[in-house]
Amino acid sequence: MSSPIGQPRLRLPTQVKAGDVIEIRTLINHVMETGQRRNPEGQEIPRDIIKRFEARFEGELVFAMDLAPAIAANPYIAFPFRVERAGRFEMTWTNDAGETRRANAELKLG
Amino acid sequence: MDHPTSRRAVLALALAGAVLLPRQGLASLPQNVQTAINKLRAGRAAQEGRITLRLPAIAENGNTVPLSIMVESPMTRADHVKAIHVFATANPAPEVAVFHLTPSMGRANVDTRIRLGQTQEVVALAEMADGSLFMARAEVKVTIGGCGG
Repeated sequence: MSSPIGQPRLRLPTQVKAGDVIEIRTLINHVMETGQRRNPEGQEIPRDIIKRFEARFEGELVFAMDLAPAIAANPYIAFPFRVERAGRFEMTWTNDAGETRRANAELKLG
Repeated sequence: MDHPTSRRAVLALALAGAVLLPRQGLASLPQNVQTAINKLRAGRAAQEGRITLRLPAIAENGNTVPLSIMVESPMTRADHVKAIHVFATANPAPEVAVFHLTPSMGRANVDTRIRLGQTQEVVALAEMADGSLFMARAEVKVTIGGCGG
């Protein structure tokens, strides 16, 4: 059974105007079990990681990342975005079992 | 005392070393890392430059090591960074991450936190829209390893 994918956290800057390049920061709680460890009984703990992250703006893919077990627990991912208009971000995190967790954020100009 | 000949020889050797170092460097990587990089290169040369690979010189905790990569690029449709591949040369599996970038990012800059099992080199390979490749390396000294049980 897979470990739960925790609550995602997104941070978008406020006071954004068209032409700005902003930084989007994301964090999600997850064990990122490497598959290299053994439990106290000596049995291998199976690999269980977030293996894919995707960020879409108004449905268009902006950025994606393939993660390996070498990404630290509670993956932190930050990337830039060039602002042209207001709109909706959708982020998805997918684990080894194919389960996904979504988070949305509205980008407002002002 | 003056030894012009030997000094010239030393200088020549030093220059040769400076030119040859990158290639010797690639050969100095572990075989599995070379294989992974060669597969990505598909016969293309990996040039130096354009990448700033930021990692701490000393990581006290290998379980979470901040990694920041910036690539010089206008990030236009015609000229942008398509992907950045990261390898940890002495981890049980060298693949760390593949970042897929698009022109809508405006800048080629990614940040995450990685695990390093021991002191080692981290390699970043950036693939541009025109198919050219750039490579950068950074050594991280790890005090407490981060892949373990």
